[in-house]
Amino acid sequence: MNFINSVIIVFYLMGTATYLFFLFIQKKSWEKTGQYFLTAGFVIHTTALVYGFISSGHIPARNLHETLSVAGWAVVCAFLILQYWFNLKILGIYAAPLASLIMVVSFIVPKASVHDPEIFKSLWLFLHILFIFLGEASFALACGVGVLYLLQERSIKSKRRGFFFHRLPSLDLLDTIGYVCILAGFTLMTIGLITGFVYAKTIWGKFWSADPKEIWSIITWLLYAALLHGRLMIGWRGKRSAVMAIIGFAVILFTFLGVNFLLEGHHEAFTRW
Amino acid sequence: MLDIVLIGINHKTAPIELRECLAFSEEDMLNAFSVFKNNPVIMELMLFSTCNRVELLMTTPNPDKAIQTAKQYLSDSKQMALKQFENSLYIHQGDDAIRHIFRVASSLDSLIVGEPQILGQIKDAYRRATSQKTSGVILNRLLHKTFFIAKRVRHETGIGDHAVSISYAAIELAKKIFGSLEGKEILLIGAGEMAELAVENLIRNRSGDIFVANRTFENAMKLADKFKGQAIRFEEISSAIEQVDIIISSTGARDLIIHQDQVKKILRKRKNRPLFFIDIAVPRDIDPGINRLTNAYVYDIDDLKGVIEENIEDRKREAVKAERMIDEAVIKFRQWHENLDIVPTIIDLRKKLETIAQNEVKKTFKSLQHLSETDYQAIYRMTHAIINKILHDPTLFLKQNGYHGPNSASIDVTRKLFRLDEE
Repeated sequence: MNFINSVIIVFYLMGTATYLFFLFIQKKSWEKTGQYFLTAGFVIHTTALVYGFISSGHIPARNLHETLSVAGWAVVCAFLILQYWFNLKILGIYAAPLASLIMVVSFIVPKASVHDPEIFKSLWLFLHILFIFLGEASFALACGVGVLYLLQERSIKSKRRGFFFHRLPSLDLLDTIGYVCILAGFTLMTIGLITGFVYAKTIWGKFWSADPKEIWSIITWLLYAALLHGRLMIGWRGKRSAVMAIIGFAVILFTFLGVNFLLEGHHEAFTRW
Repeated sequence: MLDIVLIGINHKTAPIELRECLAFSEEDMLNAFSVFKNNPVIMELMLFSTCNRVELLMTTPNPDKAIQTAKQYLSDSKQMALKQFENSLYIHQGDDAIRHIFRVASSLDSLIVGEPQILGQIKDAYRRATSQKTSGVILNRLLHKTFFIAKRVRHETGIGDHAVSISYAAIELAKKIFGSLEGKEILLIGAGEMAELAVENLIRNRSGDIFVANRTFENAMKLADKFKGQAIRFEEISSAIEQVDIIISSTGARDLIIHQDQVKKILRKRKNRPLFFIDIAVPRDIDPGINRLTNAYVYDIDDLKGVIEENIEDRKREAVKAERMIDEAVIKFRQWHENLDIVPTIIDLRKKLETIAQNEVKKTFKSLQHLSETDYQAIYRMTHAIINKILHDPTLFLKQNGYHGPNSASIDVTRKLFRLDEE
């Protein structure tokens, strides 16, 4: 598996490098190459995950190493779908390094699995993990799009366009994509939370156990719910929406990693080594 | 061999007053063509006259005499003493003339580098020359190469990218804010050439409804008619801003017309859908503080000028690439032009036939092993003799000069017929 993981990392890193060239040189061929690298890495990654799933009989997310790998996969998956829909090539400059970073960290952390594999054999857990990670990947991209929005807004407002003006798409497109990402992320996360509660019921006999991760997940969910509500009812768009997408993702990072290390709970074992 | 000569004035060498005097109307050009048609020193002629330049492009067997003739014609037909404009004239010959026309067509010599109209103007001039039959082999090829290189420069460099006029710069910005301008509604406050130009450009981008406000309602109605929009009273501006996306203001008012507090309230009402203010008026109509509100963007005339200056800098950088492409094209054209002479053509023709003969003889010898060395020599001599006989008449024909000077057209046909210019 180590070898496969290094191959995946190499592909993602090459994708990162080509997107970086694309940012500076703005030749279509660079962007295409970057896309090929990411897609190739993604195919290998998917195969590796499916293989892990078949050989062990459950979704490979038993420790931080495996969980991060799934997270990296979800980021690339969300990016490839998004850039296919919206033709937002330049986001690769964010998604490719993010996926590479996650994979490198995943590669470094210890791989020992300490868990009773029996509790992993559940369809609910599979759905819970899949939806939560795809949802969080969407939020991660919303954060990236938010950063691009702020950069572009700055270059228009400051009237000194500089490096980004011609390289980034219009504010309207960035705002729309950010909204789509959050809407998709919110939907996926909602399904992920529901399946998680059902799973908890089947394993521990109760839906809610006030585990810190659960509490923080609900906080995140409420935050994004507020963002969507504000957008639809009051018109929180543009800068405010972008800033909130960035804050929201920071909260997610805390929920994902911080809670595991700082606070105790029953998710701990999945994500701590 | 005919030389290529170009004589002219442009915005860099002559002020507008002088360019006006030397400019050619349609009628003047026809007159010039008929005068030069039977001139013994000017074989081919093309004329172009735009607001920034007047140029005569000629081919001639005698450059000095041709230049003298052209100058004299300008002086006579424009009724100006040669002294009055001689210092403003530039004269290019050979490579320089080729480079000059390539640069002009690629818009490197334009007042605004990269502006696209010049290519169309040169195409018109060329069409006029062909219809008067004053263009020949050399100018035909030169102009086709010119159009080719101009298109290449436009496609492969960023010379035409980025707006360099106020109204285009405004559109470019609007596109970066709104993405597509389709269906975006516009409010025009006041009137003025630049503002109206911007509105026209927006309409070309398929913008939506247009509202026109003016202190005098009647004027608003007139302008609204022109854009098929709707006239509104000055007091209605606030409620119109709730609806529109782009506001172009160009009034003669002394004070601000739209204030920050006002827009702040309006933005809330329109659920923060973005607003783009283009303030072309001096003194300004729109409170610059509005630019500090989120989802509202204000560009005044100086901001737009700043944008244009940046873009012009970008174009200048791209122009360096274009110069390189043009250098390549000049060298290629010169090679073709130099070959368009009797001696190189006859040499090339002979070489081609010799090569064919050599190859065929060698092939035949392979199956004639029994022949002696003297037999081989005899056969070689025979092939030489055949080639000489074949080339005798064509050579004489080519050496017969045309009306005055070498017969470029026949040479060109010969080169094409035998494919002497490998491309």
